[in-house]
Amino acid sequence: MQFMLLFSRQGKLRLQKWYIPLSDKEKKKITRELVQTVLARKPKMCSFLEWRDLKIVYKRYASLYFCCAIEDQDNELITLEIIHRYVELLDKYFGSVCELDIIFNFEKAYFILDEFLLGGEAQETSKKNVLKAIEQADLLQEYLWGNFLADLITWS
Amino acid sequence: MPAVSKGDGMRGLAVFISDIRNCKSKEAEIKRINKELANIRSKFKGDKALDGYSKKKYVCKLLFIFLLGHDIDFGHMEAVNLLSSNKYTEKQIGYLFISVLVNSNSELIRLINNAIKNDLSSRNPTFMCLALHCIANVGSREMAEAFASEIPRILVAGDTMDSVKQSAALCLLRLYKTSPDLVLMGEWTSRVVHLLNDQHMGVVTAAISLITCLSQKNPDEFKTCVSLAVSRLSRIVSSASTDLQDYTYYFVPAPWLSCKLLRLLQCYPPPEDGAVKGRLVECLETILNKAQEPPKSKKVQHSNAKNAILFEAISLIIHYDSEPNLLVRACNQLGQFLQHRETNLRYLALESMCTLASSEFSHEAVKTHIETVINALKTERDVSVRQRAADLLYAMCDRSNAKQIVAEMLSYLETADYSIREEMVLKVAILAEKYAIDYSWYVDTILNLIRIAGDYVSEEVWYRVIQIVINRDDVQGYAAKTVFEALQAPACHENMVKVGGYILGEFGNLIAGDPRSSPLVQFNLLHSKFHLCSVPTRALLLSAYIKFINLFPETKATIQEVLRCDSQIRNSDVELQQRAVEYLKLSSIASTDVLATVLEEMPPFPERESSILAKLKKKKGPGAVSVTELEDSKREGGELNGGGDRGPDTAAMAASNTSTPSPSADLLGIRSAAPVGAAPSSAGSLLVDVFSEAGPTAPSAAVNDDGFLRFVCKNNGVLFENQLLQIGIKSEYRQNLGRMYLFYGNKTSVQFASFTTTVSCPGELQSQLNVQTKPVEPLVEGGAQIQQVLNIECLSDFSEAPLLNIKFRYGGALQNLTLKLPVTINKFFQPTEMSSHDFFQRWKQLSQPQQEAQKIFKANHSMDTEVLKAKLLGLGTALLDNVDPNPENYVCAGVIQTKSQQVGCLLRLEPNAQAQMYRLTLRCSKDSVSRRLCELLAQQF
Repeated sequence: MQFMLLFSRQGKLRLQKWYIPLSDKEKKKITRELVQTVLARKPKMCSFLEWRDLKIVYKRYASLYFCCAIEDQDNELITLEIIHRYVELLDKYFGSVCELDIIFNFEKAYFILDEFLLGGEAQETSKKNVLKAIEQADLLQEYLWGNFLADLITWS
Repeated sequence: MPAVSKGDGMRGLAVFISDIRNCKSKEAEIKRINKELANIRSKFKGDKALDGYSKKKYVCKLLFIFLLGHDIDFGHMEAVNLLSSNKYTEKQIGYLFISVLVNSNSELIRLINNAIKNDLSSRNPTFMCLALHCIANVGSREMAEAFASEIPRILVAGDTMDSVKQSAALCLLRLYKTSPDLVLMGEWTSRVVHLLNDQHMGVVTAAISLITCLSQKNPDEFKTCVSLAVSRLSRIVSSASTDLQDYTYYFVPAPWLSCKLLRLLQCYPPPEDGAVKGRLVECLETILNKAQEPPKSKKVQHSNAKNAILFEAISLIIHYDSEPNLLVRACNQLGQFLQHRETNLRYLALESMCTLASSEFSHEAVKTHIETVINALKTERDVSVRQRAADLLYAMCDRSNAKQIVAEMLSYLETADYSIREEMVLKVAILAEKYAIDYSWYVDTILNLIRIAGDYVSEEVWYRVIQIVINRDDVQGYAAKTVFEALQAPACHENMVKVGGYILGEFGNLIAGDPRSSPLVQFNLLHSKFHLCSVPTRALLLSAYIKFINLFPETKATIQEVLRCDSQIRNSDVELQQRAVEYLKLSSIASTDVLATVLEEMPPFPERESSILAKLKKKKGPGAVSVTELEDSKREGGELNGGGDRGPDTAAMAASNTSTPSPSADLLGIRSAAPVGAAPSSAGSLLVDVFSEAGPTAPSAAVNDDGFLRFVCKNNGVLFENQLLQIGIKSEYRQNLGRMYLFYGNKTSVQFASFTTTVSCPGELQSQLNVQTKPVEPLVEGGAQIQQVLNIECLSDFSEAPLLNIKFRYGGALQNLTLKLPVTINKFFQPTEMSSHDFFQRWKQLSQPQQEAQKIFKANHSMDTEVLKAKLLGLGTALLDNVDPNPENYVCAGVIQTKSQQVGCLLRLEPNAQAQMYRLTLRCSKDSVSRRLCELLAQQF
């Protein structure tokens, strides 16, 4: 896989993961073009399209589009299920995930993705194992209550 | 305000994100962000040392701002500090920031690498994984240099945790992809293969991606993986759906791993060991059988996972192309999918059948689905599916069904989406030519093509129909009659006028007996289109007129009248004016004999393969051309666009314009290699001349510089090719350094012996350029390709080119060949963006006469904007918009990096489309560079 993009129906980018080296300018250009192309497609259309010399695999979940760019010899259907498994992971972690969860906890979305895919390839496809890794990490973190309360007071 | 669900909830971050979301306008958002940036900057700069939590929070905010699309120019140091925190979350955020915002700031890279090194040696698996993820995400060369030898050790060490192994495998894969030269094979390689046997399915899943990639590059070293992969696959395929517990996905056992195993096997030929092969065939049969079983779940995930494996198995069957039984079964299976209610499956079935159509075992089976595919072309609602259907029709076409398929494609063209029309036109043209039984059908088809989709008919297509008509006298009369009829239409496409003008000019006499198409009627018909046509078409028509004077003396007076009128002999276009004047003169002074000789019927074109095929390939992909693509083009006929592919118009001129030395030298067709005005189409792809001529010259010791100039504005392609040898080049440059990969392909079936290559820098160049390489293998097997890497360092600016000498024995005879290597000074350009004001200020600063070099020259190639832009970008400079007050002009700026100094260069190219001329001006801070660039570039446009 060369990259994965998550964006909303309004075209707002929610997550971007690049597995090939590109400049920021190229990334922005690709994102702009691809978001436009995918949003222009009608609901019943097929989930695959040729774009430049890549194959694009995308699927819409509620208000979010998940979109992967793969190479010629890669398998489209299994990529579609990569997307689905990632959605399942997010869903399980956040408890019926919605777009807001990904906006407010973007760093978590990245961490989960890194446990699942690395360098554009599946690292661990077992849902249980991925979530175990994330939860172990969560256990490791010490919750700084002092700061949290201080923040709460200034905020309310 | 949604509750922060889990983890460490950075409240300040959530507040900030809410604020941004509440911003009503872009301006408000930017204002809020700037406020936050100022706040963070003051916190980072402040006297008070920040605690880890605050640092993490601010770094995370910066990351959020960056991901919104804003630039971030500080905070890197704080992120690096977080890496060495012993609190997991802080470290984690630090790594995330580094992964997303890598900065090649060398000082920082050193610090980052240090932190990674510490984590890798910490023996804490969670920390190790974080560090490995970071390397895999960044994947830079610096990291490869630091860790490429360390990671294989971690991967195969006996005491490494499974999760770390998984990360290490994919981390190594990423490094191998970015810097293959730094990942050295060693004793770890055999142990990596055995990871296919690992108990942990996750480890196998991760390792197999690495093994597949390594196998592609080093098939021999990894060939033991075949039997291991087969036995692993066999175990999965025969397992019950619950055996693999969490690796079962919607009742499908290990779909990801299965796909990857099948993919790995596609790197190799069918197993030689009978038992292994038997086991594999059994697996493939089981997979095909399962497709017929009732689904275990109604969920789409179940069928997708199952079919993903099925498609990968079919790919493997097609790859082997040796099991007729399996091929036919695969084809039947795909046939079922062609009518499936899932659009995705129809799409994939069409795609996969395309490759099946090219196998001799399944071609017939594919053809039985023709009606379904035609129906798909007509009724699919999704253009990408229709495109696949068109591809499949093209692939399944043969002599038996060509008429039907071509007719269907033509009728589809009338309503086809604009995006695929040009490709469709090319395909129809190719099929019509390839499978023409009678050439009148061919002529009809092409003329229909022009009628239906004239705008999308590129020059190659109409050149080709003319070449064929000229070469086949049995179709000439029919062609003349048909174009004559087609031209009767009140509105006909300019391409039709071109074909009509050319064919009537040559063969109008064949239909002149009929009073309805008498010479004068023919002429009046052509001339009625004249005023609506562009300059090149008018020029072609003028040539047709002079040919008419020869064919039909009775038209002479009328035509001379036309040539004599002011709008011709005083035409503001030089070309038209010249033709009118010369033709008028020729027709008045030359005797009938001379006229008959000069304007004789065109001789047959040398038979060669269609250039349309090359055009189709060219359309297929922007993006870098890979060596495999180059090989593809070679396979489909080394001559694709080879030799000198002159358009008929140039050729006609060569025949008729024998006397006067015209100032427009290229019209004389002397430079036979020039592709006549590259087609104005295909979105200015950078591939513009990748497939251009590869001069076949006899091996000799004289320096061959044919290919040299073609590489000034591009880095990849075929440098040289003759009957024996093909040399491909891929090169990349950074700063004052370059690396060039040379691919020597043995085109024969006989071994080359004592194959040696020497690179030398003649004379002065020795002190200007440093080129290093290692000797190549002395034997090149028949059909094999070997690779050589050159490392190039530019010490100071230079004008000469390094020479590559190749010697080898082929069937006893010594072959000796010297080529100029396309290493030119512009390869070391760094593009420089600047404003109009800056540009002109610098332009003025470089005003000493010797700093400027200028040339005015005739256009040798297409003046199409996209083509020019692609070339100028290929040159390596930045192409600056809105700098020149005249928007037609191009200005570029760049800095040439040499070891001893940097040379700033400004360039201005002023095209004059009317005159087909350019003026090129260069101003550089060093005069020798101005001169050299000017010389090089004057031959590029």
